[in-house]
Amino acid sequence: MTDFFFKTSELSVGYNGKSLISNIEIRLNRGEILTLIGPNGAGKSTILKSITRHIEKLYGTVLIENTATETMSANALAQKVSVVLTDKPKTELLTSEDVVASGRYPYTGRLGILSEQDKAIVTEAMSLVNALSLRNTDFAQLSDGQRQRILLARAICQEPEIIVLDEPTSFLDLRYELELLSILRCLAKDRGIAVIMSLHNLAMAQKVSDYVMCVRGETIAHYGTPQEIFKRELISGLYDLDNGSYNPLFGSVEMAKPEGEAKAFVIAGGGTGIGIYRKLQKEGTPFFSGILHENDIDFQVASDLAAEVVAEKSFCEISDASYNRALKLIEKCDVVINCLSQYGIANKRNADLFAQAKKMGKKIAAM
Amino acid sequence: MKEKHSLRNLTVIGIMLVLFAALAVLNISLGSVKIPFSETTKIFFGKGTNDTFQELIWRIRLPRMTAAIILGGALALSGFLLQTFFNNPIAGPFVLGISSGAKLAVALLMVYVIGRNGVVTSPAMILSAFAGALLSMGFVLLVSQRIQKSSMLIVAGVMIGYICSAITDFVVTFASDASIVNLHNWSKGSFSGASWEDVGIMAVVVLVTSVIVFFLSKPVGAYQMGESYAKSIGLNIKLFRASLVVLSSFLAACVTAFAGPVSFVGIAVPHLVKSALKTSKPLIVIPTCFLGGAIFCLGCDLIARTVFAPTEISISSVTAIFGAPIVIYIMVKRRSAVR
Repeated sequence: MTDFFFKTSELSVGYNGKSLISNIEIRLNRGEILTLIGPNGAGKSTILKSITRHIEKLYGTVLIENTATETMSANALAQKVSVVLTDKPKTELLTSEDVVASGRYPYTGRLGILSEQDKAIVTEAMSLVNALSLRNTDFAQLSDGQRQRILLARAICQEPEIIVLDEPTSFLDLRYELELLSILRCLAKDRGIAVIMSLHNLAMAQKVSDYVMCVRGETIAHYGTPQEIFKRELISGLYDLDNGSYNPLFGSVEMAKPEGEAKAFVIAGGGTGIGIYRKLQKEGTPFFSGILHENDIDFQVASDLAAEVVAEKSFCEISDASYNRALKLIEKCDVVINCLSQYGIANKRNADLFAQAKKMGKKIAAM
Repeated sequence: MKEKHSLRNLTVIGIMLVLFAALAVLNISLGSVKIPFSETTKIFFGKGTNDTFQELIWRIRLPRMTAAIILGGALALSGFLLQTFFNNPIAGPFVLGISSGAKLAVALLMVYVIGRNGVVTSPAMILSAFAGALLSMGFVLLVSQRIQKSSMLIVAGVMIGYICSAITDFVVTFASDASIVNLHNWSKGSFSGASWEDVGIMAVVVLVTSVIVFFLSKPVGAYQMGESYAKSIGLNIKLFRASLVVLSSFLAACVTAFAGPVSFVGIAVPHLVKSALKTSKPLIVIPTCFLGGAIFCLGCDLIARTVFAPTEISISSVTAIFGAPIVIYIMVKRRSAVR
């Protein structure tokens, strides 16, 4: 039996004795980040709350260093696990520093008076999240981004070995989201803290996680590294994407392909076409695109948005077969849009294609 | 910044102590009979020359004043605990019907015992008041589980208060003459008629309870972050909530047993104290609340006794005049904060 720092075995979670998800097996080492992804209402929060003992688990065990959490006292558990939850504390006349300092609770004496050491830890935690300037600000008056940083500082100054966060970036703008996740990454690396969280932003989940768990249905759908999880079919299946499609390279989704018979052909390559593709999609105009190499960034988006993509093998010159296929498609079209302004060895026949289209008397739109 | 905060605390508590002392002196000197200050000092040092004054101070004014101090502190603490419990700044023993529940229980006991020519002892009063308080609190809790809106909680509390008061009136109407007189004074709320024996009992009971509350500062502080966070830092929520219910009901019950229902102190004082200290940290707020409650009730009792002397106004009328506007202010402020 290899010793993982954090483990769940045969964990079943749910409410009122009704199992929502069963057989949850988590294996995590110190300094690793596990992210739970999955549709709304799938039970991500339920799993997190069961791990932190906020709700009773139904079956199985949660082990920290091979000790079952249910055998730990509340205080002992609090010294190992801290949380950032979705509920916003409704405080009255408490400064941000007071809120952060509440994380020292498991360490202070009967009256909860902070020692010099406690105060130093509070200050350190606040500076770690770049929130020292907020220390005397009333917690109730903070913005979402500030509040989340303070709550993270609170979790940090609890000196946990595991931090559990439920959708910590939900209300944050791009900058704060990036900042918060970077801090988590640092905590994992520098302090060896294991992080378990749920995220909705797949792009960030892909970049920040060491492991990803897909929560859907009665068991864990998938568990693995980001490389294993972030695949087109897997993610589309997880979220039931039937309109629009997930692209693992970008970590994002495109809107649904326009329906109908294509009347436009877009000649593109090297990222010149993406803007046009999306514009046509918004207008609801179906289109073809070509001739794109399979390693071209335009190819990624065109595959999701174009009615048909004329593609060529990576790094190869355009073959006759591809060229003829493209011509055939252009014949069906009224308009040809050329996004290219220069050509290289591999795609020089796109220039011929454009010239041919002109000759055929198609309406031309050059970019 | 830290120094600034402790300076503020010292200033606030300093001012309060001065106020406390001044009100205490006024309470002893003023009344239907005015006692010169020089005479008061003499009496305190055991050199009093006027027997009437001496009697008046030692037998009537001093015990009454001490009762106001102890019970005022108890009310303020009870209010603070209830506000913490419900995470609602306008929760208090009176608006939640807890005082009225205690009143009903005591009234029933009085009518029953006096009707059989018995004597109602202080411990019996406290216990019956406590039972009544817990019963009301139980109803409020039942309601609060079903409705999430805090304003509805208050409405439910006020309704329970009305029901209890109605039953009390009903009981009083059918009670024998002797008990009516007894009940009528008491059920309107008053610090009068406290004997040293009563004061001794309330001092022990209230002070011990208050010390226990003070030692709950740490969990109260944790609970202010909300239940989930409190749990995550190792607080035993169930035990803590139960102790809050018991302690706040008990404090409110003590007050009701000795002075009848006294309104609004439980809301107004914690609010004023927190605003003055600019914090809600229980370690400092709990003792200051007790002091604040004592001052508030000293002041209100002074007014109740002296303004229309020799006629006394009920203490609740006075506390309501000062306390109710504060409640309205809190509600208005809260509404604008939400917006």
